[in-house]
Amino acid sequence: MTLELRGITKRFGALVANDHIDLTVRAGEIHCLLGENGAGKSTLMNVLYGLYTADEGEVLIDGVVQRFSGPGDAMAAGIGMVHQHFMLIPVFTVAENVMLGHEETLSGGRLDLPAARAKVREIATRFGFHVDPDAVVEDLPVGVQQRVEIIKALSRDARVIVFDEPTAVLTPQETDELMAIMRQLKDSGAAIVFITHKLREVREVADRITVVRRGAVVGEAEPGASDAELAALMVGRPVELTVRKDAPVRRDTGLQVQDLVVTDERGTVVVDGASFAVDGGEVLVIAGVQGNGQTELAEALVGLQRARSGSIRLDGRELVGLSVRRILEAGVGFVPEDRNVDGLVGDFSVAENLVLNRLDGPPFARRGMLQLGTRDEFARTKVDEFDIRTQGIETPVGRLSGGNQQKVVLARELSRDLRLFVAAQPTRGVDVGSIEFIHKRIVATRDAGVPVVVLSTELDEAVALGDRILVMYRGRVVGIVPSTTPRDVLGLMMAGIAPERTGAA
Amino acid sequence: MTTLAPVPASDPMTEGARQVTVVSRKAPIAFAAVTALVALLLLVAPRDGSTRFRFSDEGDLLRLPDVAVPGMVTAWVGVAVAAAVVAAGAVLAARRRRVPVVLTLVLVLALLVAFLAWAGAGSSRDFSVARLIGGSILLAVPIVFGALGGVIGERVGVVNIAIEGQLLAGAFCAAVAASLSGSAVVGVVAAVLAGALVALVLGVFTITYRVNQVIVGVVLNVLVVGLTSFLYSQVLVPGAERLNETDRFAPVAIPGLSSIPIVGPALFEQSVLVYVMYLAVPAVWFAMFRTRWGLRLRAVGEHPKAADTVGIKVERTRYRALLVAGGIVGIGGAFYTVVSVSSFGKEMTAGAGFIALAAVIFGKWDPVRAALAALLFGFASNLEGALSVVGAPVPSQFMLMLPYVVTILAVAGLVGRSRAPAASGEPYTKE
Repeated sequence: MTLELRGITKRFGALVANDHIDLTVRAGEIHCLLGENGAGKSTLMNVLYGLYTADEGEVLIDGVVQRFSGPGDAMAAGIGMVHQHFMLIPVFTVAENVMLGHEETLSGGRLDLPAARAKVREIATRFGFHVDPDAVVEDLPVGVQQRVEIIKALSRDARVIVFDEPTAVLTPQETDELMAIMRQLKDSGAAIVFITHKLREVREVADRITVVRRGAVVGEAEPGASDAELAALMVGRPVELTVRKDAPVRRDTGLQVQDLVVTDERGTVVVDGASFAVDGGEVLVIAGVQGNGQTELAEALVGLQRARSGSIRLDGRELVGLSVRRILEAGVGFVPEDRNVDGLVGDFSVAENLVLNRLDGPPFARRGMLQLGTRDEFARTKVDEFDIRTQGIETPVGRLSGGNQQKVVLARELSRDLRLFVAAQPTRGVDVGSIEFIHKRIVATRDAGVPVVVLSTELDEAVALGDRILVMYRGRVVGIVPSTTPRDVLGLMMAGIAPERTGAA
Repeated sequence: MTTLAPVPASDPMTEGARQVTVVSRKAPIAFAAVTALVALLLLVAPRDGSTRFRFSDEGDLLRLPDVAVPGMVTAWVGVAVAAAVVAAGAVLAARRRRVPVVLTLVLVLALLVAFLAWAGAGSSRDFSVARLIGGSILLAVPIVFGALGGVIGERVGVVNIAIEGQLLAGAFCAAVAASLSGSAVVGVVAAVLAGALVALVLGVFTITYRVNQVIVGVVLNVLVVGLTSFLYSQVLVPGAERLNETDRFAPVAIPGLSSIPIVGPALFEQSVLVYVMYLAVPAVWFAMFRTRWGLRLRAVGEHPKAADTVGIKVERTRYRALLVAGGIVGIGGAFYTVVSVSSFGKEMTAGAGFIALAAVIFGKWDPVRAALAALLFGFASNLEGALSVVGAPVPSQFMLMLPYVVTILAVAGLVGRSRAPAASGEPYTKE
């Protein structure tokens, strides 16, 4: 079958998320939709899937115009979707999740769970998955949850399967497995739409590539195109893909973490005896697949998570047990993972956000009064210095783009006198232009002699930015290796296999 | 430079995250506190004489002898048992083990017996066990129906604060409809419709207009109180004979079951609405956990967007579930005016809807557990009556407070970790 999108336009208020997009996907091919975060890829797919109604344009299947009033219609037409944020009910079992929405019933209205289990097993066997139909989804690793999503789509005989940023949560090895599954699906005659912003993955599996920028199709590319070509097409100008930095000039050990243990409220150990040291003037990247304890480790460094045992010493001073305020005063700068939740107050202005953690004394507050003049002057300087693209310092920070929001966070944290800088996923959801800028600032901080800890789930970023890379897996430190370590070794480490075993380190 | 951290010994791929047991000390501490309070009561206000428990009434097929026990001795034995439980709980907690539910039950029972023995000591009247149970059931009926409606609402993602309003509207409409038609059954039907109507209003505001659910619920409660009170004084009082005098459902004995000693008459010589309750609890449980309706309902309450992406209409599902919930609560409302008494009275539900809400949480959003919690609250209310019969020196207000105290303890996490449906209280916006 052939799926065709013609002139799809979708507006959100003044923002045109999709501007007359045309796209054709054929059975038996993998069609990559490449674009930056916010380019409108997901919006387009949500239109295709019936979640959004397009303002203009139409969806055709085998030349017939389709009218989708909801995802149910799209599914009936043979469109399946593997969502970036899995659309699974965490407290349901695999079988319940797969049957949801098209349940078969026995006499008395009872759910036909045996049939659903059989269906799960049948599809799992066909693709060589190991999935227990009675496992509760929230207990499964993310890689398996993704397979449940795939089974869900296949159980409804989907002939077009959309993968929306499917590799964000996977280890490199899991990513390879996913690519194999996609090829297998393609060979069975399905049409695959693969949405991503990762160039390497695109070149690996794509039969065709469509590049989207600012809501419009800007061109098609051949699978043989180089990274630089693809990146330039995606961003609209030549991009520097590597981070330019000199060899680190190391100073004394700044941060010393010893046997740190953090647990969540249910008692699961999320950071399991982590020990490492970071010298002044070096960047230590904490890598690993999302959800392996990196977030908790970073939050423990600033006191947002209570350490159950172990010690965190900064320039010899113990930080465990201190309040967040004291830790910040000790000179720790922190860029949280989710800037919208933990980093910024969306309704506050750029100026207010720039001084958010400095309001308890001079120069921004005196005798309990805010010093608005000082603040505004400071904000104007920082807006210039960090190239924050905003209409003014009074603009609510929520209206800025992701990259500019992140620059506000960065500007606030880097403006203090730092002895340690911790940045969690500093470039997530940030456009390529801002990524370059953020990387430069992080390297500049390093060169000023501050110990820097960066959390990243992107291997490319870890290798480019880090002087050393610490890999975490299920809360444990798998190893700390130089950033020149081969990618496949790092990949295996992200799956929990220590470098000794691979014989490479 | 290459630093290598210690390598996990076994194959890390097959190994789950390490688990540290988190033992809450809340339960042992609360046990100890309650036991100490009862012991203090016995010390401060000792009472002489014996306490009599009656196990059967005149006319029962099987007559069991009454039991008279020395009040203070029995009370102290109860406290001793409770103290033993507290000690056991403390030992378990020290060994980082969880305190089993059975221990909690033993503790509650022991303290209850101790309290009753103390309260009834020296009284010429006795505790009728049948009446203790039967009375609890009667007081619990509206709470059980209310809790069932609350569970359905929260499971689908709408916090049904308006249970009180639905009960009151049900009671009012049942009274009027049953009086006009002369049939209690018509009254029940009217109550179901009234409950569903209140639920519909709640739905329109919370589902369609996404107004804060708690605020709408509270406002609806106040509205129904005002409306029924106004209509009561303006319409029902002047026309009481025609509009506010119902033929009540008569108790029906179920042959066989009703002659079981002790509990038979209490449980199986009741009006038809009580039997409806017996059926409704398992029926709601079955519908919620074994049918398509229930699966979709829970999906919408946990993760509405996921439900949407598999073609389930979130808003429609919420409306339907809410209407069913309102109808069920309405039956509970009817109980006031076609079973308990035969006329409507101002604000006669007296907060039962809020206790039902507490039962929902106490019962961890499970229909059966919530119903059991409602029974417990019914028992606590009933105790007040039983105590005044034997002339116990406990102000009735204290007993009336009991359900709320129990609720606060429950919500504070003493019943174990409870987890609300993830999307309960969250309006669904399709972006």
